[in-house]
Amino acid sequence: MQKLQGIPVSPGVAIGEALVMGSEGFRIPRRFVERDAVEAELERFEKAVQASKEEILRNREQVREKLGDEYAAIFDAHLQMLLDRRLHDEVVEMIRDRHYSPEYAVSRVLRRYAKVFESLENSHLAERANDIVDIERRLLRNLLGRRREEIGQLTSPVLVLAHNLTPSETAALDPRFVRGFVTEVGGAGSHTAIVAGALEIPAVVGMGPFLREVSGGDLVIIDGDRGEVILQPDEATLEHYQRAVEANRSLAEQLAHLRDVSAETADGVRIELFGNIEFPHEVQHCLDRGADGVGLYRTEFLYMGTEGEPDEQVHFEAYRRVVEAMGDRPVVIRTFDLGADKVATSWRREDERNPFLGLRSIRMALRNLELFRTQLRAILRVSALGNVRIMFPLISTVIELRQAKMVLADVMEDLEESHIDFDRQIPVGMMVEVPSAVMMIDHFMPELDFVSVGTNDLVQYTLAVDRDNKEVASLYNAADPAVLKLIDMAVQSARRFKKPINVCGQMSSSTMFTMLLLGLGLRSLSVIPAAIPEIKRVCRSVSIPQCEEVAARALTLENARDVETLLKEELKKALPEPEAA
Amino acid sequence: MNVSMMSQPSVTRKVVICNEQGLHARPAELFIRLANTFESDISVVKDGQRVDGKSMLEIFTLAAGKGTELSIEARGPDAQQAADALGKLVESGFADDTTSGDEE
Repeated sequence: MQKLQGIPVSPGVAIGEALVMGSEGFRIPRRFVERDAVEAELERFEKAVQASKEEILRNREQVREKLGDEYAAIFDAHLQMLLDRRLHDEVVEMIRDRHYSPEYAVSRVLRRYAKVFESLENSHLAERANDIVDIERRLLRNLLGRRREEIGQLTSPVLVLAHNLTPSETAALDPRFVRGFVTEVGGAGSHTAIVAGALEIPAVVGMGPFLREVSGGDLVIIDGDRGEVILQPDEATLEHYQRAVEANRSLAEQLAHLRDVSAETADGVRIELFGNIEFPHEVQHCLDRGADGVGLYRTEFLYMGTEGEPDEQVHFEAYRRVVEAMGDRPVVIRTFDLGADKVATSWRREDERNPFLGLRSIRMALRNLELFRTQLRAILRVSALGNVRIMFPLISTVIELRQAKMVLADVMEDLEESHIDFDRQIPVGMMVEVPSAVMMIDHFMPELDFVSVGTNDLVQYTLAVDRDNKEVASLYNAADPAVLKLIDMAVQSARRFKKPINVCGQMSSSTMFTMLLLGLGLRSLSVIPAAIPEIKRVCRSVSIPQCEEVAARALTLENARDVETLLKEELKKALPEPEAA
Repeated sequence: MNVSMMSQPSVTRKVVICNEQGLHARPAELFIRLANTFESDISVVKDGQRVDGKSMLEIFTLAAGKGTELSIEARGPDAQQAADALGKLVESGFADDTTSGDEE
């Protein structure tokens, strides 16, 4: 058993067989063979070794002709490794005695050697590890032959393990069979995180190198709540997690009845619960949970994984699906938040030293007006079809807000001239996610119809912590009193100006923070759709005075740990039943 | 190792690796290739770690660099020849026809 730590980006627990995506996209189709197939499988292995040997010999000759003996020598080493008698004996034993498939056995044995080599403090041997991987690929290619399955052709549930998942790779995966994601690279804003969120499956990213320690077909547990990945779990661990999966399932069943009741506190105060979405199909997740609307419709996906920029019609069609599905319930469309960790292929700038402080989000929009106008036109057109609101991200000064509004007014004028229908009164809001915007919030309020506190960026900028940097990610904590004070300031201001305010971002999706947020005065939360039932349950179990007391106490504390302790205790008191693991 | 080999002569030779690269890549390959020309079982021991002298992957796991002391143990009908030849190969710094060599 091996327990590895990464960055949790999508909650839940998944247990299943690993599908390891190598650079060539091999997958090991199955782990075991039938007892009476063992002889045939052994023969298949021998044939694959033979075929690989012939390939290596051919390669050696080609290289020798082109580059000379010296360069061909590496193939001699490969040949020796391929024909290594220990390797051969170990693979044969696994097939014969343990009934492993040749693919699985080859992968297990070679990866074990690669791992041993990597662990030795010797740079020559680290290179040998690459040779081993090369041989593994060669053998697998020959074993799988024409039966080599495309990644997309899944027939049974898998957990997808990869170095990095590109949009085209995730697009090829059949979502019916994908139960979780783990990647070596990436952070909270990575494509993997977004897709996992949309599929509502657990995901852990930023693991660092670990794929060589896993073979396709290995049993793996993904704990998307703690960011843990467990390879080949022992019995006790497996049982523990099976219970957790079961508990989650029964909790979800218990909460299903909450769908059609409103989120009303015990003392009768109505709380609005909106869903955060990225992909149009997620609107169904919102409807299934009885969301009051879409509080944050992220639009970055439109720019990802496509060559060139999406045109107005592409925007419009995506928005229309969401707006029509929601009927008269509000849909808050956020203009594109590209840059930093979310960069479209054609946009990548190599020279940004500090991308989170660089040309991103609204700054990028104001520098690329045509791109911005295209999106604004589509949002305005769709506003004729439903209850649409528009929201600008990452506003840090009043001037920036005015510039964005001017572009919007300009686009409105164009539409009017062309007699295109739109909602002239479309509410305009902004994300409050930069500390400077909180400090100056009273100056923003008169120019806005609503605000939404984006906690992910607010925490990052307040505490000066990059949550995607493993070295400092532990310092990233939404419970920090500094963050709470900023939220408090924003809520107070919104009250004075009688403007609606909500909180989106991961903080609002965690039940730990629900009482605090209600106590600070929030009456509207936008959360991941899957969290709506649980948040609703908390809302229905607490009273506003109770929450206000919790918030008042939290604001007096000096550090995040004390705040967390308080919030967990209070939640436990409010919800006596055990929480799902 | 099969049972009949237990009664075969056994020869051990202690050597020190003197080439810069140690027992990696090309040298290891030469060692394996030579070892496999003998009928005897060959073991290589480093600090109590014993590996199959005919398996390149196992030889690699010794991570035997320059200055490492190794025991080459041969057991079988041609044990003497095997131990001598392999010992000589290591002590020559794996000098074959292509390397300049640093024989003592």
